[in-house]
Amino acid sequence: MIVAIILLLVAVGSVLFHIYSPWWWTPIATNWSYIDHTINITFWITGVVFFAVIAFMAYCVFRFHHKEGRQAHYNPENKKLEWWLSIGTAIGVAAMLAPGLFVWHQFVTVPADATEVEVMGQQWQWSFRLPGKDGRMGTTDVRHISPDNPMGLNRDDPHGQDDVVIESGELHLPVGKPVKVLLRSVDVLHDFYVPEFRAKMDMVPGMVTYFWMTPIRTGTFDVLCAELCGAAHAQMRAKVIVEEDGEYHAWLEQQKTFAELSGRKAVTKATYRSGGK
Amino acid sequence: MVDVPYDATTEIPPAEVAEVELYHPTSWWTRYVFSQDAKVIAIQYSLTASAIGLVALVLSWLMRLQLGFPGTFSFIDANQYLQFITMHGMIMVIYLLTALFLGGFGNYLIPLMVGARDMVFPYVNMLSYWVYLLAVVVLASTFFVPGGPTGAGWTLYPPQAILSGTPGQDWGIVLMLSSLILFIIGFTMGGLNYVVTVLQARTRGMTLMRLPLTVWGIFTATIMALLAFPALFVASVMMLFDRLLGTSFFMPALVEMGQQMKYGGGSPILFQHLFWFFGHPEVYIVALPAFGIVSDLISTHARKNIFGYRMMVWAIVAIGALSFIVWAHHMYVSGMHPHFGFFFATTTLIIAIPTAIKVYNWVLTLWRGDIHLTVPMLFALGFIITFVNGGLTGLFLGNVVVDVPLSDTMFVVAHFHMVMGVAPIMVVLGAIYHWYPKVTGRMLNDALGKFHFWVTFLGAYLIFFPMHYLGLLGVPRRYHDIGEVAFVPPSAHTLNAFITVVALTVGFAQMVFLFNLVWSLFKGRHSGGNPWRATTLEWQTPETPPGHGNWGKELPVVYRWAYDYSVPGAKEDFIPQNQPPATRALQGAAP
Repeated sequence: MIVAIILLLVAVGSVLFHIYSPWWWTPIATNWSYIDHTINITFWITGVVFFAVIAFMAYCVFRFHHKEGRQAHYNPENKKLEWWLSIGTAIGVAAMLAPGLFVWHQFVTVPADATEVEVMGQQWQWSFRLPGKDGRMGTTDVRHISPDNPMGLNRDDPHGQDDVVIESGELHLPVGKPVKVLLRSVDVLHDFYVPEFRAKMDMVPGMVTYFWMTPIRTGTFDVLCAELCGAAHAQMRAKVIVEEDGEYHAWLEQQKTFAELSGRKAVTKATYRSGGK
Repeated sequence: MVDVPYDATTEIPPAEVAEVELYHPTSWWTRYVFSQDAKVIAIQYSLTASAIGLVALVLSWLMRLQLGFPGTFSFIDANQYLQFITMHGMIMVIYLLTALFLGGFGNYLIPLMVGARDMVFPYVNMLSYWVYLLAVVVLASTFFVPGGPTGAGWTLYPPQAILSGTPGQDWGIVLMLSSLILFIIGFTMGGLNYVVTVLQARTRGMTLMRLPLTVWGIFTATIMALLAFPALFVASVMMLFDRLLGTSFFMPALVEMGQQMKYGGGSPILFQHLFWFFGHPEVYIVALPAFGIVSDLISTHARKNIFGYRMMVWAIVAIGALSFIVWAHHMYVSGMHPHFGFFFATTTLIIAIPTAIKVYNWVLTLWRGDIHLTVPMLFALGFIITFVNGGLTGLFLGNVVVDVPLSDTMFVVAHFHMVMGVAPIMVVLGAIYHWYPKVTGRMLNDALGKFHFWVTFLGAYLIFFPMHYLGLLGVPRRYHDIGEVAFVPPSAHTLNAFITVVALTVGFAQMVFLFNLVWSLFKGRHSGGNPWRATTLEWQTPETPPGHGNWGKELPVVYRWAYDYSVPGAKEDFIPQNQPPATRALQGAAP
């Protein structure tokens, strides 16, 4: 009796905890509310199954616990019941998988008008790079890395000369514009993680990974590293500031290009216009 | 009900192969230390695994102290925290759970349950234990070498695992990889034994479809382990080469702390594929024996046949097979080609179907049963709750796009602890209460057992259920201190402190359990041969604890499946597997 009640309380308590939990996801800052919806669908389906199974079990313990003279029912199998339960489970699984794969398709399909931004991880700091006015980023290689070229840009690549290199640990992004975030690491695995963005991806030395998103609200967001990268993993921080177009361009004008940083006067300072020319 | 293969009327064929004489120990050393008796080897495996498991338990307290009260304990810094999580994870998954389920329960139960005198290769079986012990010693030695154990996380992802930014780069990682290689060698020797014994040494009448589910679970898990561990073996060898010989299997060109390294051309993701090709089956290598054992606990203590035996067997086999094509669901955000996500999300969610069938059949076994709320039964109920909970959160992480925000957060930590930490350990503990009388001839104390159950079950649930919500909030895993982050409210720190207090309490309850194990060995109530009135063969031995060779002059002959509980018309509410059908006919049972 008491055992059945405690088991039921575990089920009821779990549901109540879920409803009243003060710990819930951060307010979303990108277009990936689809992901939140999929999580909600999953919570509903799994929540119903969890409660049903545990409540049924508690009922069995309450109703069929040992008493003098009780005899168990002899019932090796019931194929019909087993099939119906399997089919019901399959339907539930499909109801979670279908929206999941649908949203995953969106997640891996980068829109053509997304602008590229590069994030580079190294133990234990973040650097950022934006394409200059030619709209293209130059090539890189870890073998080019040196104190005056910390991101390893190729000095002979004309596309790289006007790239904006940001070592300050603050990335600014314009609100409402889709952005493809290219991810690169020069030493170990890292993971560019902003909880409010929902999207994240590991950064792997030797290759370039990516995700895309459209920031939908302005604000300042903490960047954390989500893939264990050594002793100072927990202290690897930066900030992303999402702002209106005007403020974004004002900030962008302040940033230095690769050519300026490496002292090549021949390349004039790039200018930016919203909407482009 | 007509074609169910448990009826006892079929003819038992004569033995095809004559019995082989066993090795008989002649001295104390060969009887208790270098023993070739599977029962002694089982106890050696269990004690060694439990000893190193206690180290992992203490490490978990240290981690929780740091997480609950960051900055309070000056003897825990970031490096040590990483070393603690790494050693805790590796010990629990491999050196405790795998060794205990297969080396411990497998060795003790397989020969007894299939009606054999011993494993088929007793000498190799003995070697298996000694190589395992060596692996454990090498692992434990890393606490005492310069630089300490590796802090690369139990997944040991390169490049960081072998670079200087990670603690334990000198000795720790080298010894860790060496220990894993030894473990796999030792396991392979034991594993071949378990598989061949089940296939070749079953007694007359013990058809595969009459095997208790415990044997099915351990048997399938062992086959999986024999196929999965080689992937870890080669990955360990290759990483050792990268670390010691300067090869570049997993190492691309990279710059470490401003220095150009000599590596080039390797792939860190290749290691992840190899690791998880082992790592995902590993989850089921731990889970399937638990599935099997808990089925027998529920059936025995509910005095009712397991519901849907054949479906349970096929579900075990299906899960075992499917678990080899889901590994990359651990790698959705690893940077592998995104189209893999479609395939692995689909296979991962399909595996939920046979798993759900098993859960339904456990609770349907309770339905209209005669449920004795013994300590093993309580642990079985605790297993069902924690397993259902942890299994369902797996549907979040398996569904590729849902995994993106949750991966590498505390949600993952909560999920895998619930499903492959707490749930299998519930089964381990229930199984110890269940089989302790057979191993020692005495019962464990019931009151202490119930106290142990309630503190462990409710405590573990209070630790890991709320932890999911920290992950939902976005708290990353493997952080010794989250520090100042805008999205983490002060209440999250309160929750962390609460979890720590509960974790220490649950740890204390395990000390009560250890006391019970030792106290009952001398003072426990005598159990007799079959205290739970169970049907399976290990309870029908002529002696308790079973002697060398397990059976008397004659091997038992099996006439029925393992689940003849509460057969209508039978005198008792159980009929042992080796009871001939004539008796059953006299009792008036109609098949």
